[in-house]
Amino acid sequence: MDHIDIVLPLYIAESRELLEEMERLLLNLDQDDTPADSLNAIFRAAHTIKGSAGIFALHDIVQFTHSVESLLDKLREGEIALSQDLTSLLLECRDHIGLLIDRLETKADLPAAAIEHGQQLQLQLQAAEQPATQGLIATPAKDQATRTEKVERDAGVLVQSDNWHISVRFHPDSLRNGMDPLAILRYLASLGTIVNITPLFDALPPANRMDPETCYLGFEINFNSRADKSAIEGVFEFVREDSLVQILPPSSHIDDYLDMIHRLPEEDLQLGEILVQCGSLTRNELDRALNIQSDLKDQSIEQPLGRIVVEHQLTAQPVVESAIEKQAQVRESKSKEMQSVRVDADKLDELINLVGELMIAGAGSTLCAQAHGDGAMIESMSVLTRLVEQVRDAALKMRMVQIGATFNRFQRVVRDVSRELGKEIDLVITGADTELDKTVVEKIGDPLMHLVRNSMDHGIEPADKRLANGKPAKGTLRLNAYHDSGTIVIEVSDDGAGLNHERILAKAIEKGLVPAGATLTIEDIYQLIFEPGFSTAATVTKLSGRGVGMDVVKRNITALRGSVDVQSTFGEGATFRIRLPLTLAIIDGFLVEVEQSSFVVPLDMVLECVELTAPPQNGNSEQSYLDLRGEVLPFIRLRQLFSMGGQPPRRENIVVVNYLGCKVGLAVDKLAGEFQTVIKPLGSIFSHVKGISGSTVLGNGEVALILDVPGLVHKVMASTHADKSARTEATRSLVDARQT
Amino acid sequence: MITFSQTGSTGLLRIEGEMTIYNAAALKPELLGALAQSSALEVDLSRVIEIDAAGVQLLILAKKEALEAGRTLTLIQHSEPVLSAFELMGLVGWFNDPVVLTTADQRPAHGSH
Repeated sequence: MDHIDIVLPLYIAESRELLEEMERLLLNLDQDDTPADSLNAIFRAAHTIKGSAGIFALHDIVQFTHSVESLLDKLREGEIALSQDLTSLLLECRDHIGLLIDRLETKADLPAAAIEHGQQLQLQLQAAEQPATQGLIATPAKDQATRTEKVERDAGVLVQSDNWHISVRFHPDSLRNGMDPLAILRYLASLGTIVNITPLFDALPPANRMDPETCYLGFEINFNSRADKSAIEGVFEFVREDSLVQILPPSSHIDDYLDMIHRLPEEDLQLGEILVQCGSLTRNELDRALNIQSDLKDQSIEQPLGRIVVEHQLTAQPVVESAIEKQAQVRESKSKEMQSVRVDADKLDELINLVGELMIAGAGSTLCAQAHGDGAMIESMSVLTRLVEQVRDAALKMRMVQIGATFNRFQRVVRDVSRELGKEIDLVITGADTELDKTVVEKIGDPLMHLVRNSMDHGIEPADKRLANGKPAKGTLRLNAYHDSGTIVIEVSDDGAGLNHERILAKAIEKGLVPAGATLTIEDIYQLIFEPGFSTAATVTKLSGRGVGMDVVKRNITALRGSVDVQSTFGEGATFRIRLPLTLAIIDGFLVEVEQSSFVVPLDMVLECVELTAPPQNGNSEQSYLDLRGEVLPFIRLRQLFSMGGQPPRRENIVVVNYLGCKVGLAVDKLAGEFQTVIKPLGSIFSHVKGISGSTVLGNGEVALILDVPGLVHKVMASTHADKSARTEATRSLVDARQT
Repeated sequence: MITFSQTGSTGLLRIEGEMTIYNAAALKPELLGALAQSSALEVDLSRVIEIDAAGVQLLILAKKEALEAGRTLTLIQHSEPVLSAFELMGLVGWFNDPVVLTTADQRPAHGSH
């Protein structure tokens, strides 16, 4: 059905959030001070998933979640004691529900193995419940206050109507306060179709006591609309405070209707009829509710109608309370929902793309204004540019998400893996509120997973070995994130054995990755572990050690214009540090020119610009050195690097860039200043071009290439290392030059 | 402005202009007074240019009073604002007076006569 197709993705998203919450709570159950609160929350999450599944007639989810829910119920009632095994079982069940939900999205059939697994889980759930069930059978069934059977509230008693039901009784002062009910109805009608409306004026007193300025009106409205609840509530915003406004969404629970009826001033029976008239309830549904009411009257038990259904289904008082509590929670989360809006990621990308175009167009206009030399124009363009920059920042911020959610996923991974490995490992998360671009977050999950598993498997030693080395038996894995000069740094560190650089080198020589007898710095040796086909683990475990992983990690991170390095002290642990750009879309750039071509250097990597005055020490070769305040600065000539030909101008300029603490100069013809750049990826045919990471369009319509500074720095440093003698030579000649 | 005329026991009340919260207090005695004087009262609403919930509420009051006193109250010649208000509040059926439909295809035919 059309309607279902629209709301199903919402259900999927909501359920996933609830499952995530469930997982977090389950994992914290052991060290929780108030496990009862957590169990309640877990129960509510399962309950909500089941209830909503009922609306969509997803029977498999309802059935499975029901088993989980009834076990949870026993747990929170204290009928069954919590144990590690039960927590694990519940985690497995959570995964199975996740599987069922995922399948809704892919619309694929569940594999047979998964179905079987689900059945097994259900059997285990039933087994876990067993002792408590026996206890229940012993309870006398007649006693109304005692629970005899678990109430099935959600799946069965949904009202069938596809329309909203709105019940409103205006406050007597509404008219005096300038709120015209007629205008409110008119506004409501603009949001959808009023299928049926029943006016109520029972409150209207006889003529002599009637005040014409007092409002005595009320309405029962059957309303068909695609608008969301907040929009409909918005209609009544100004009368909500003092008037009685109740809005029931399509397919509400019948007891929500009963609750509503109960709250209204009119006779229950009359209201029931009105609801049937409105088409909000069917005759059948009303009869069922009223029968319950009369049954109770026969037993001369006066009960508020709103609670009858619940009472009748023999639910004990605590369950009613929890239902009320649940409603309060739902209300709370609803109001939270109103503070944030779900937006399609594509729409956001489109917006950012447009902002990018806007910046390019703005830069063009600024150039134009400067060419004309019109002062007022330049002035107003600068205001415009500033605004566009703010729009850009705001647009990019919309894509920023906290990394905490990604980090929290690893709680589970660490728990599962440490059990599997028989190691005790604590996960410590810091910097969870560090923000980064959503696309980066999505792509960082897999590399992080590899690193975390690697640290647990290879890094942290077994407990006996740790104790022998004077370390606490429990290992610690840390995830940390922070911002550092335009990049985000994510660290995965462990207090394990650390990297053994001798073993790594030996292995690399054995695998033929490095020629025998080569001398490498420790950093270089560490980098070897990111080479394809490298693995030092003596035994191949299920988790890692197959020699895939680290090179994939590096490749994924490089694809995000990031880098990964490792620091380690042998015997004390290792830290993997991932550095990523904050966003992939827009950078502040520094525009330089060589011959007629423009290049952009990411501004956050530019340290300074100096003039290249002294004639180059070793001719016109691609790479050379200069004396930067007594420091040797290797630099590279873009003219030669990109084989552009032509003659360098009399005075070249050097842009000093910094990456990972390495300073490198780039020799260019002309400096053209700061420039905001929207990164356009290069086509795949340019993918083999080294030193270029993307392109952008300048204000005058020309294309500028964005320099791949990390790549260039790497290239310069590599050749510097390879040719150490050249470097010493250069230093010496520099010293000579200064002495003479 | 309100004009009241009587032929025998049948009264005709014509309301002109607004029927809103601003003049509801003044309208109430006029309306009830006219009702008290006639065993059957027709209220001509053709010149009501604006009506709000207070105005509608007064008409409801008059109709209820009439029913209780065993008199007849008929609303005639509903102007468009009145009719749209009745429709919106679901009152057309409750008053049960003959109304001239004001849907687009009916209006020209009505005007040609």
